[in-house]
Amino acid sequence: MTAPTRRDLICAAGAVLAFPKPSLAQGKPKVVVVGGGFGGASAARALLAGGLDVTLVEANATYTACPFSNEVIAGLQPMEAQRFGYDGVSGSGVRVVHAVAAAIDADRRRVTLADGATLPYDRLVLSPGIDLRFDAIPGYDEAAAEVMPHAWKAGVQTELLRRRIEAMPEGGTVVLSVPGNPYRCPPGPYERASLIAHVLKTRKPSAKLIVLDAKDVFSKQRLFEAAWASLYPSILEYVPLAGGGQVTGVDRATMTVRTDFSEYKADVACIIPPQRAGRIAVTAGVADRSGWCPIDPVTFESRLVPGIHVIGDAAIAGAMPKSAFSADAQAQVCALAVIDLLAGRAPEEPKLINTCYSLVAPGYGISIAGVYRPSGGVLADVEGAGGISPLDAPASLREQEAAYAADWYRTITRRVFG
Amino acid sequence: MRGIGAAFLLLAAVPAAARDLSPKAAQDMPAAAAQDMRPPPGASSCAGCHAAGAAMGAIAGRPEAEIATALAEYRSGARPASVMGRIAKGFSEAESRAIAAYVSRRPPE
Repeated sequence: MTAPTRRDLICAAGAVLAFPKPSLAQGKPKVVVVGGGFGGASAARALLAGGLDVTLVEANATYTACPFSNEVIAGLQPMEAQRFGYDGVSGSGVRVVHAVAAAIDADRRRVTLADGATLPYDRLVLSPGIDLRFDAIPGYDEAAAEVMPHAWKAGVQTELLRRRIEAMPEGGTVVLSVPGNPYRCPPGPYERASLIAHVLKTRKPSAKLIVLDAKDVFSKQRLFEAAWASLYPSILEYVPLAGGGQVTGVDRATMTVRTDFSEYKADVACIIPPQRAGRIAVTAGVADRSGWCPIDPVTFESRLVPGIHVIGDAAIAGAMPKSAFSADAQAQVCALAVIDLLAGRAPEEPKLINTCYSLVAPGYGISIAGVYRPSGGVLADVEGAGGISPLDAPASLREQEAAYAADWYRTITRRVFG
Repeated sequence: MRGIGAAFLLLAAVPAAARDLSPKAAQDMPAAAAQDMRPPPGASSCAGCHAAGAAMGAIAGRPEAEIATALAEYRSGARPASVMGRIAKGFSEAESRAIAAYVSRRPPE
């Protein structure tokens, strides 16, 4: 007697375990993707390529990308370079619905839109990104964000911060506050600090930038600190948690930023508050008490609600940082898993990569990379891989990494939105 | 009964070559059959950077041996690199060969 093949076993398992029945009456299995950022748009296209019926729900007609928005703030990149429409996604065959996803009925497997329309699904992928927590820092609410921009969701906030820095008087003070972990784009605040310092150095050399951090250790730290010491020694002052960097309150009327030890009077304040998974994740019940979404590291299926997968910034992805590169890599792996699950197959254990570039000045790029695999129920670093750019690299490597950063942005946005 | 029918119908919708491919099996596949193969672990992340017109270079459709050699040299450190040395160290020789086989059989852009 020959042993059953893997396929036989999976067919049998599919029949016995009663995978939720795909809506075969309407043809292909249906997948709804909510959120049209790097994760959602990438997942939608990969699911479509796998032969599924895919609907992408996205509130906005235009996506405004966060990577490189620090360059916009520093006047190094036009805002238009951040904006992407969905013609490429819909042209590929994905049904794009511009609407707000208002509710999710996980038992009946359907998404209700704000206008009351419903979308049935066999599997749902949520890529909702982040919501900013306006309850976390006393005084920092949505009204305060109009005066002290977070610019942590790209768009009008990005332009607001750029204009405020441009309009700041000579000798003014910029205060930038950085949250504790976890948050979107771990090295992003330090890239922002670097590029604001670059603007001050080149256009307002008597101005100061104070960075107040709610932690002591951060991404690419040694590279940033080395660059700051050499490029911006008299401009950028970094205050870690241990030095009293945690912001305990703000006053938008007086442009004051408070810590336990000091009060900082700002001419321009950029307050990046703590964050949580986008609202629909909470509505769907896939966010836990941390505000983020626990997932299976092989399939990205929610640990809390079956049939719903969560990718991108909203997911608790273990060692993987919340980045656009990660969201896209997770989208590809999640799409394969969804295709497998809908076909009754067991998904293969994945490996994922993240690469993330930061600019500390024009033509001066640094990077961090990592390789990840499921281990002990979470995505863990593959030991011996990954790490940051060398500390003692020549200027040519910094220049090369700055060029790679720009080319990465062109490549990923063209593939995901083009 | 309906459950069994659904399972078979769904399997039929997937190209035969895409089913049940381990990286090891992928290495032994003839090129034609590999056209529809699924990416081995890690391979779906490559397109995050590699595309025509980018300084990182397009890799889809490049010769398998060339990609396998590059990954091996990045892994050993023999080939200078910015990020590829750090990434290649995260993959075994067999995983790297599977990625090379997959990428080389992707249609060039």
